[in-house]
Amino acid sequence: MDEGLLRDLTPGVLAVLVRRGADFAAAEDAVQDALVEALRVWPADPPRDPKGWLVTVAWRRFLDAARADAARRRREDRVEEEPPPGPAPAVDDTLQLYFLCAHPSLTPSSAVALTLRAVGGLTTRQIAAAYLVPEATMAQRISRAKRTVSGVRFDRPGDVGTVLRVLYLVFNEGYSGDVDLAAEAIRLTRRLAAAIDHPEVAGLLALMLLHHARRASRTAPDGELVPLAEQDRSRWDTAAIAEGVAILQGALSRDRLGEFQAQAAIAALHADAPAAEETDWVQIVEWYDELVRLTGSPVVRLNRAVAVGEADGPRAGLAALAALEDTLPRHTAVAAYLHERDGDLATAAGLYAEAARRAPNLAERDHLTRQAARLNARLRG
Amino acid sequence: MAKYLLLKHYRGAPDPVNNVRMDQWTPQEISAHMQYMRDFAARLEETGEFVDAQALAPEGTFVRYDGEGRPPVTDGPFAETKDLIAGWMVIDVDSYERALELAGELSAAPGAGGRPIHEWLELRPFMTEPPTVTE
Repeated sequence: MDEGLLRDLTPGVLAVLVRRGADFAAAEDAVQDALVEALRVWPADPPRDPKGWLVTVAWRRFLDAARADAARRRREDRVEEEPPPGPAPAVDDTLQLYFLCAHPSLTPSSAVALTLRAVGGLTTRQIAAAYLVPEATMAQRISRAKRTVSGVRFDRPGDVGTVLRVLYLVFNEGYSGDVDLAAEAIRLTRRLAAAIDHPEVAGLLALMLLHHARRASRTAPDGELVPLAEQDRSRWDTAAIAEGVAILQGALSRDRLGEFQAQAAIAALHADAPAAEETDWVQIVEWYDELVRLTGSPVVRLNRAVAVGEADGPRAGLAALAALEDTLPRHTAVAAYLHERDGDLATAAGLYAEAARRAPNLAERDHLTRQAARLNARLRG
Repeated sequence: MAKYLLLKHYRGAPDPVNNVRMDQWTPQEISAHMQYMRDFAARLEETGEFVDAQALAPEGTFVRYDGEGRPPVTDGPFAETKDLIAGWMVIDVDSYERALELAGELSAAPGAGGRPIHEWLELRPFMTEPPTVTE
């Protein structure tokens, strides 16, 4: 059975329940129940109309729960037995769900969890496993998030920017468990792009595709990080790159530049180079200038210094770096790299070792330690 | 999201403000302390920030490899060991500031006289997975 297809149906089913008058939290619970039921029943007895099946089962579950609730509170008039006919399904039901799950009143982690469950159709157990927390903790996080947004009206457009930040987080920060969060983020962004015509949504989708295309070459079989310049470019996914570039070009032609489009443009320039030496660093620096203008982010300035080092030589890169706070993450690693390029191996070796001590993740720490070891071996002659 | 370890030391941390050894407390004060820790963990479960909590026995054994075909060598416990871990709590929070706030709260657990111990807790970030987007 195609679990992906089942999960594609999730937001639509949820939207139907909410439109029929179910409150969001209860509707979401009912849909989860229906998904579990589908996983149990469908393999032996696949329905002709999967979405209709899910709506029927979820609505029944919702009514059962509401009735039990009503009996408990001795309030029988809360829910109508038969659903009101309601308006024809609106195109942007799914969109409203994205807005709700990324509502600004939620913390980033809550928004991520709720999006993966209510829009992505993942189970609480899968989300807990993906973020390495106990299932009970994730269940609480999700139910708190649902309570937080339960008063939010479902009929007002939200801010696309908050949705994009949540999807970016799912793509960029997770663990490598059973659930492929990067693929999930792409799936959700693709569907968002189908629901709303917005250049930054397209920009984010392009960015994800372009980075995902390089995934196979980013780590060695033993888990070692392989830097961009050393990656085997024949292993890049050319179909994903072509799709990412096409989506990006469509977005850029709208002339409403945003940070995700600019980031995607940089990724596209890397993807476009047949070899690392052929990278168009001058153009990449120009895109970083745009990104600095758009975001003012110190992390972007740091990455720009790397690009300047490639375009105009390591001295220019070090000069750009000197203007930045040395407390920035990866500042020391960048300094080490630029000093090595400049031929000062002793300084570079010391900085690599220091950068390794400050690295926020194991793969990066091991990579930096190896860089220091490589230079120290050369220095010993 | 980021995971942090809140480390509680038997030895090795600076002295707390309310520095009375636990065996000098009243039984009620000990119960109140334990209850505070349980309540704290329960509250974190409710906020969706709890990952793990464990306590360690104070005495351990040092073990090392002693060569092919030989049993491992053991040694200790060493009375002079300066740093001794008592236990930990692992939290999963949205920010470093939130981790600090929670550590401060845990350090306020009541001790002698029912007053906060002001115990020093060590806050250590977990290593993460590398991010996908790096340039």
